Amino acid sequence: MSPERPAMLDRRTVLKASLLAGGGLALEALIPLPLSALESPDERSSSAALLSAFVSIAPDGTVTIVSKNPEIGQGVKTSLPMMVADELDCDWSQVRIAQADLDPKRYGEQSAGGSTSTPKNWLPMRRTGAAARAMLVQAAAQQWKVEASEITTAKGRLFHRASGRSLGYGEVASRAAALTPPDLNTVPLKRPEEFTIIGRPVVGIDSARIVKGEPIFGIDTHLPGMLYAVFEVAPAHGGRLVKANTEAAMRSLGVKHVLPIRGNGDADTGLADGVAIVATNWWLAEQARSKLQVEWDLSAAKGHSTTQYHARAKAAIDAGEGADLRVDGDPSAKLASAAKRIAARYDYPFIAHAPMEPQNCTACYRAGQLEIWAPSQTPQRGLEALPKALGIAPEAVTLHLRRAGGGFGRRLMNDYMIQVGAIAMAIPGVPVQLLWSREDDIRRDYYRPGGWHSFEAGIGANGELIAFSDHFVTFGDGKTPARAAAFNVSMPPAGLIQDLRYRQSMIPTVVTTGALRAPGSNALCFASQSFLDEVAHAAGTNLPQLMLGLLGKRREIGARDNGPVFDTGRARDVIEKVMQSSNWSPQPARSGRAKGFAFYFSHRGYFAEVVDASVAGGEVAVHQVWVAGDVGSQIVNPLGAENQVRGAVIDGLAQALTGQAIEFVDGVPQQSNFNDFQLARMPMTPAIDIAWVKSENAPTGLGEPALPPVIPALTNAIFAATGTRIRSLPVRLSA
Amino acid sequence: MRYRLNINGATRQVEAPPEMPLLWVLRNELGLLGTKYGCGKGFCGSCTVHVDGAARRSCQLPVGSIGGSSIRTIEHIGSTAIGARLQAAWLKIDVMQCGYCQAGQIMSACALLGQTARPNDDQINSAMAGNICRCACYNRIRSAIRIAAGMEEESGHVA
Repeated sequence: MSPERPAMLDRRTVLKASLLAGGGLALEALIPLPLSALESPDERSSSAALLSAFVSIAPDGTVTIVSKNPEIGQGVKTSLPMMVADELDCDWSQVRIAQADLDPKRYGEQSAGGSTSTPKNWLPMRRTGAAARAMLVQAAAQQWKVEASEITTAKGRLFHRASGRSLGYGEVASRAAALTPPDLNTVPLKRPEEFTIIGRPVVGIDSARIVKGEPIFGIDTHLPGMLYAVFEVAPAHGGRLVKANTEAAMRSLGVKHVLPIRGNGDADTGLADGVAIVATNWWLAEQARSKLQVEWDLSAAKGHSTTQYHARAKAAIDAGEGADLRVDGDPSAKLASAAKRIAARYDYPFIAHAPMEPQNCTACYRAGQLEIWAPSQTPQRGLEALPKALGIAPEAVTLHLRRAGGGFGRRLMNDYMIQVGAIAMAIPGVPVQLLWSREDDIRRDYYRPGGWHSFEAGIGANGELIAFSDHFVTFGDGKTPARAAAFNVSMPPAGLIQDLRYRQSMIPTVVTTGALRAPGSNALCFASQSFLDEVAHAAGTNLPQLMLGLLGKRREIGARDNGPVFDTGRARDVIEKVMQSSNWSPQPARSGRAKGFAFYFSHRGYFAEVVDASVAGGEVAVHQVWVAGDVGSQIVNPLGAENQVRGAVIDGLAQALTGQAIEFVDGVPQQSNFNDFQLARMPMTPAIDIAWVKSENAPTGLGEPALPPVIPALTNAIFAATGTRIRSLPVRLSA
Repeated sequence: MRYRLNINGATRQVEAPPEMPLLWVLRNELGLLGTKYGCGKGFCGSCTVHVDGAARRSCQLPVGSIGGSSIRTIEHIGSTAIGARLQAAWLKIDVMQCGYCQAGQIMSACALLGQTARPNDDQINSAMAGNICRCACYNRIRSAIRIAAGMEEESGHVA
């Protein structure tokens, strides 16, 4: 195992100490991130490349840690402060968390997504806590006139054993504020066995307020005199407003304003055309929608139907259209010489995010200033988009972060923020809350895009995989895939065999697409691990054994496209772990109940999963899921971590089993609420066994990587149980 | 129309059309923001309140139909013995992720335990099937109900 790399912080790191108003120590760290810590080129803007940590210690010993990132249910408002508090060596009960407003100049990056918060913050947060502790120790040493090395700390107190003296952190905090902060790169960190907070189950910082129904979510924002808005958009994606007759709606009870809004022609990242109805009560605004008479131009959406997308994808595959993304060796020759060849086509649909809190945002435009309260995963991008879409100066916008009732990638987009900004600017001086109905939320999503795969594999005389190809059909303009519709050229078995081809073609769409939890991987894993299960059966083995054979000896494989390095040893370890925990054995064919397996590496996490499922009368029941995951040396908060894994597993099962698909007819989404777009419910929830494989690597994130493998593990179990191969999602079995 | 509603033990007056769902009376007229909007069609359970002790979807309850019934919302559930036990159990194992649906979950669980003091798993599943948790905290919701019912002690067990 490679040791945890002690990444050095950039030498431009700034650590600043000051005296807190009213006494006490305020410590502020600004830390440029190395490029290797960033996922994509567009993150490398100035603010995304900067991390910050703020901690202060008041004279009464209260430790305040600023939580700067949006909380969407991933637990970051609790887990990042845990890192600071542990190295500070205070007691968790002394800690208060303050939610920051959006201020990229002050806080650097403020976003949630991509399972990146943990790996980016792990060392910077700990080092900031450790620096604060070192300053308190030094201050106590001055006060007691002893050597700093003679002082120990525990639970927010300083001890000098030799003289039996002790002090609370608050008592020396003001003295510490006058000291020069230590070098963040050399400040000593705890050894893992010394952690007192990291690795312990810590209850979420907002949980006590949530169980009492306190108003902490975006939708709970309330301002004096506030009105409520709905925003009617075209029924079809890509539709434009021609004209609107607002008179009848205007006469509706409670309605104060009806505002036709001309967008900027960019419904994707800008402002969509629509008609806002603003009323004294949201339900009254919603009722008035039926009285709107709007003429839309829907011509751009013509032909953008699910059936036509299928036909175009089939034609693209049949004709071998598109371009190679990756060719290793000579896959054509190897396929021709294979002892056995198998081929299969897979597809999956568009699906919606459907967070429980529908999209909403609150704003007030007063005296040229726009103030916004947003539940967003990427408020910074919103702040950048508002001036472009609305023509307001960036410095005239203030943005407050609100807790989000689920993100799943939907709130990476800020369309609702721009809409409420446009509405607020049309009615100066009036605070307004825009809330989408559930139907709006499902019809105007940035969907996980559908996709098609045509696989071919060659098996050698000894049952080994010798050639692999995938022709992927995705959405895009022919040059660039649509958002979250890109292929991953490092997808296994790439890098594990010599002869391989990944080819891609694109079909255009007017439908808005975007990242859904484990973007790319949630779909690519289903298709590729299902087809590799077919390969395993054809080769007379089973998928975990085939994967172990392909992974070979422990080594690191560099990724293309600046992706993270893939460690075959870590993959082997989670596969072997889940085989052991699930008591994996070759499955008896078609017995009605069986186990299925899958592995995937995404968002720097290694996950192998086994699903035990039975099929009767066309109905699938999942009895148990075993998960083995490696996200590094340390689980920061086991309570939050297990919740993320369980949620991801059930999320994946629901994608396969509850019929989830968004279908289109001429650009009009055909599903709109939880009757025709079903989410998981309690009765389908299986027991979930989680085993952590701890490796000597820095901890990485957990919002996403547990999701992808559960879908093919399930469909591979269905095959083992019934002999029916699931090559299309969602799962549909005949009775 | 003017209504006098009995909400959380107090009389509240509102002016609203009779068709307005109780959810929007609570949220936009009375400022009781704990009860959440999720779907508006009774599919998700986020808006669950108690009407004379029974769990009801407030998005489907016209204010004109309520009359003198006693309404209880999440803000006041801690004043009942079962509600307080459920809130404590929810915190003991930290059920939630995003937390948005949890008010509705607790209201449904509270109605269940009011009727069935020691529910089995099938009874829990069936009473809670109308409440969606998009983060899928279902294993822990089940556990927290068992803890509140005195049927499960071990906080580490959340399978």
